[in-house]
Amino acid sequence: MNAAWPRRLWRLSTGRFGVVVCAIILLTAASALVWTPFDPQHVDIAQRWLGPSWPHLLGTDGSGRDILSLVMSGARTTVFVAVGSALIATVIGIALAALGALTARWVRESVAVLVDILIAFPVLLIALMISAIWGRSLWVVIWAVGIGFGVNIARVTRPELRRVLHSDFVVAGRASGLTPAQNLYRHLLPNVAPVFIVQLSWGMAVAVLAEAGLSYLGVGAPVTQPSWGLLLAELQQFLTVHPLSVLWPGLAITMTVLGLNLLGDALREATDPTLSRTDERVREPEVVA
Amino acid sequence: MSLVVQGLTIDIGGRRVVDGVSFEVGDGQRLGLIGESGSGKSLTALAVLGLLPEGARAGGSIRWDDRELIGMPDRRLAGIRGDEIGIVFQEPRTALNPIRTVGRQIAEAIRIHERVSRREARARAIAEAARVRLPDPERIVDRYPHQLSGGQRQRVAIAIALACRPRLLIADEPTTALDVTIQAEILDLLQSLVSDDGMSLVFITHDLAVLSQIAAHGVVLEHGRVVESAPVPVLLTRPVSPVTQGLLRDATATLWKPEGRR
Repeated sequence: MNAAWPRRLWRLSTGRFGVVVCAIILLTAASALVWTPFDPQHVDIAQRWLGPSWPHLLGTDGSGRDILSLVMSGARTTVFVAVGSALIATVIGIALAALGALTARWVRESVAVLVDILIAFPVLLIALMISAIWGRSLWVVIWAVGIGFGVNIARVTRPELRRVLHSDFVVAGRASGLTPAQNLYRHLLPNVAPVFIVQLSWGMAVAVLAEAGLSYLGVGAPVTQPSWGLLLAELQQFLTVHPLSVLWPGLAITMTVLGLNLLGDALREATDPTLSRTDERVREPEVVA
Repeated sequence: MSLVVQGLTIDIGGRRVVDGVSFEVGDGQRLGLIGESGSGKSLTALAVLGLLPEGARAGGSIRWDDRELIGMPDRRLAGIRGDEIGIVFQEPRTALNPIRTVGRQIAEAIRIHERVSRREARARAIAEAARVRLPDPERIVDRYPHQLSGGQRQRVAIAIALACRPRLLIADEPTTALDVTIQAEILDLLQSLVSDDGMSLVFITHDLAVLSQIAAHGVVLEHGRVVESAPVPVLLTRPVSPVTQGLLRDATATLWKPEGRR
């Protein structure tokens, strides 16, 4: 009965945009696993700094590497980082929120304090601390964003969970004979899902940006790994001479972040029936009582 | 099956809010709990189901069908809730889950206690919606609470409480949040459903007028204590305690005026 949400999502223009962008990124990343027009790391000095032309559709960089191939294989890194950090953020976020909302009072309040302390650490600082252990690796980005956003999710989801926990329909659910676990699964989690989804999609967008930024700073992806952030860092040194080449990785990052944000917003709207303006409500005379 | 409450006490944070409440509801009887807000009537109802808020402790004895409910493990209580004892809450706007369809909520208790298939649960939900006289039951079960009016939502809440045909229904001010005309319809509905099935009823209200329509016996509470317990006609004509007399004065506002006054 609740399966109507994919259709509602598609009917929202923001949802459509988000779905299409994310699908394109996923398909690109998947296809880059087996095929790119050129080998992204193939250096050809004779072909350096070409503009968009055949066969280099987006041109080449300063060492003659094909920019389209670089952007395509960079999508792999992006998807890997976004999904990886989203998984970690989900586990940390739900665990902390549940511990902070559903347990005995002293556990609850200590978790709340812990979350407040953790939230004071910016993602960048966490990343730098982790990179001190692991050196330059994508896992640094994934764990840093995963932890940083997990805490953020917990912070937003916990009061929401408390609010829903005290609403009448949760008591009513217990009064119908639901056990606490059934109640959590049937009433509590579905009601905090909208807030959670928005946070998560935002977290994924931040992960994309953080990967780009941290790779740019030299903490994230190793130089051999194709990454939008690295590419941007390399190309931007020649911004005044070859401005067009910088456009492509920049555009890829921007579109991905925009797509994820819009998808998150649309998902919330589509899964929450009280918000859905797309729901074609039949205007019939209200029956009294 | 009868409910016997004896010397019920409820403490919240060291303060005694219900102090020695006793009453008895026999098979098919209708009892009214009446009192002003804060007199402990809703807490008494929640204590029967073992659903007191965090930090509240119940003492004394609540016997249902010769089983002691106070101190019973939650798993066993869950088997009684909804199946043998149903409850309708005061506020229909918040008593329904906003993101699940009405039909799934009506069928929830049936699915828990009787383990029926999804399709059969839906058919039962439609039948229950028809029984509480919701308009167009086949379509209304696919709607969400915000698409329904207040009276319709309260009918849904009643359908949820009665879905498993409990032997006892607790109605906690089920008409207070509704318009006067709709109040009368809901009272009518409750009355006919209760008498059709011969179930017992504990009706909680602060309104003697409403009470007089539905209950045979009334228990008047004040500050968590029973101040008067008598058949409703006696309460209406010869109230002993000042509390009951006050409630009688206030009762002229809604559906009914006691004879001989104004």
